[in-house]
Amino acid sequence: MRPATGPVTFLGMPAFPANAAAAVGNSQLRFNLRKATHTIREKRASVVDELPDWARLRQAGKQIKDHTLRNLERYLLQLEEAVTAAGGHVHWAADAREANRIVTRLVKETGESDVVKVKSMATQEIGLNEALAEAGITAYETDLAELIVQLGDDLPSHILVPAIHRSRAEIREIFLERMAAWGRPAPEELTDDPRALAEAARRHLRERFLSTKVAISGANFMIAETGTLVVLESEGNGRMCLTLPETLISVVGIEKLLPTWRDLEVFMQLLPRSSTGERMNPYTSTWTGATEGQEFHLVLLDNGRTRVLADEVGRQALRCIRCSACLNVCPVYERAGGHAYGSVYPGPIGAILTPQLRGMSSPLDASLPYASTLCGACFDVCPVAIDIPEVLVSLRGRAPHPRAERFGMRAAGWVLDRPERMARAERMAGRLRRFVPRRMPGPLSAWTDTRDLPEIPAESFRDWWLRTDGGNR
Amino acid sequence: MAVDRDLYRKERALRVALFVTCVNDTMFPGTGRATVTLLRRLGCDVVFPMGQTCCGQMHLNTGYPEEGGRLARHFTDVFAGHDAVVVPSGSCAAMIREQYARLAPAATAFAERVAETVPKVHELSEFLVDVLGVTDVGAYFPHRVTYHPTCHSLRGLRLGDRPVRLLEQVRGLELVPLPAADECCGFGGTFAVKNPAVSAAMCADKARNVTATGAEVLCAADNSCLMHIGGTLGRQRTGVRTMHLAEILASTEAAR
Repeated sequence: MRPATGPVTFLGMPAFPANAAAAVGNSQLRFNLRKATHTIREKRASVVDELPDWARLRQAGKQIKDHTLRNLERYLLQLEEAVTAAGGHVHWAADAREANRIVTRLVKETGESDVVKVKSMATQEIGLNEALAEAGITAYETDLAELIVQLGDDLPSHILVPAIHRSRAEIREIFLERMAAWGRPAPEELTDDPRALAEAARRHLRERFLSTKVAISGANFMIAETGTLVVLESEGNGRMCLTLPETLISVVGIEKLLPTWRDLEVFMQLLPRSSTGERMNPYTSTWTGATEGQEFHLVLLDNGRTRVLADEVGRQALRCIRCSACLNVCPVYERAGGHAYGSVYPGPIGAILTPQLRGMSSPLDASLPYASTLCGACFDVCPVAIDIPEVLVSLRGRAPHPRAERFGMRAAGWVLDRPERMARAERMAGRLRRFVPRRMPGPLSAWTDTRDLPEIPAESFRDWWLRTDGGNR
Repeated sequence: MAVDRDLYRKERALRVALFVTCVNDTMFPGTGRATVTLLRRLGCDVVFPMGQTCCGQMHLNTGYPEEGGRLARHFTDVFAGHDAVVVPSGSCAAMIREQYARLAPAATAFAERVAETVPKVHELSEFLVDVLGVTDVGAYFPHRVTYHPTCHSLRGLRLGDRPVRLLEQVRGLELVPLPAADECCGFGGTFAVKNPAVSAAMCADKARNVTATGAEVLCAADNSCLMHIGGTLGRQRTGVRTMHLAEILASTEAAR
């Protein structure tokens, strides 16, 4: 039943500006993204504004996460003990490769070759589906949007709504063309009515839930005191995966920890309002260890997180609860789309998370800290107060710079270091002002392609001040 | 921001140091002259420390913290000892207020200078409303105007409605609200040339919102954003011109 899929990967993508330039010209994408981000943005704003204590909740969320990250080792060991005591098995994975190896082995030990998946960013991050496919195991995505992405041989473009770049007409086509290769086909008379599309997905997935014996999930939170994992979702498909199969394997980043259930209360208010713009999400599943007759494995994933934790400015990114509020308000994300970021983590949070987790050695990763105007809209909506612009500026200071830019910035720095040099440069610009072309050559054409240049004044302010004695002459 | 009002309630004229910013000095000297005119009209004694150059924002935000830090240190050297420093630019004022403390290593002379100087730095509308306590500055400007609040004024400095309160008191001025005003125009310093496609796409929407107001003038408290939006409005031949807040507030019936 397993369909042949082409290589679907972010690897080897060009840098952000080129990806974004292509996306900006795609009218269907622009329309889909504008409509979707503005809808969620407004929903979020209305349910956040109705809470009088939002600012304090946000501070509480920030402080709980910071406290946990400062004491990560202690709480992780407490979690391991509690999960083990409740009949679960805990595995530690230093990187993506080790995590994939552990999960592949665990699935093979069950003798099964099919697994169902709960939507999970951690397993996307490590490329688990591809690793399982290499071992002859098929992973079936069961989140509606992840299903659309998987059927379309596509890549996710949003943390919460991975198929946000698709319109319902496109989804209908994908269902009609691809569902049959993966299981129960879509009905021939399928329309692009959302209800009909959801019904087709429901029937397609229901068979899968009933027949598959292994499930793989992530988790939104892990509670150290009791060893409990928590998944918040809207569809109920996650709960199907979490309860029906005989074996459950959860891959969770080590920063997802909370010390106590009391701490969870804060995040149960912050997360749904920030992500889907709902007061409460429809389904919250919690489980502690293994239920009788079932197996539970927890794979704790580092994959660069402890390195991020060592960075005094960058570590605040580990507070992220993957709500995607920053994506929905970001004017750059809205126009460039998620794929331009070349990572499962797009948008503002991706621009600070990806370069920290992967490094900045590829042109794409080095361009991500610059994929922002530093407008600050992301920081304003972040439910755990991650100062994304601060981290972006810090990463830019460490990013590799093009040689011509380095030269230009050094020269500008040299001129601005001394007021007399600056005055001389201004006088020279004033004298040459008639020779400035309307269309600039080289890198400055990036400005004049779409914008007029302002006219260079004949006299700078400081020369006016000197000549007139501050306007007194 | 807490302001020591008593400092400015002395009998003598208030002594104000103008940090004109490198962009205004070089490209928009009219904004500097308007700031001087306006402050003098309100009874201030304006000085222009000739040693000033640039706050360092372009370097720091483009990824050159060494040069940015050097310019920040230079700024604090030049402006230390002044009672009040006025900046006709939201983003330069935000750079100074938000980022200088991060640039100065703890327990250094630079850090001391930052702690001493930064609280005395005011963006123009902050200075007028919070320090001088005026919203009616005696201006006259008989035109239809819309105001773009620029990101660093809005989310950095939290200027709130200060600029709008000032504009509302200008005689003859018809202020029309800008749709989606809080959205970034797409300038972002070097972002405008590093990511020109997204920058232009953002500004296309900003320009559309500006022209939808029917205003003849787009006003902001930051000439760098206005250079970007104005460059787009000009290229599209919209006929809408851009003006810094200081230039509108400096206009009177006598001299325009």
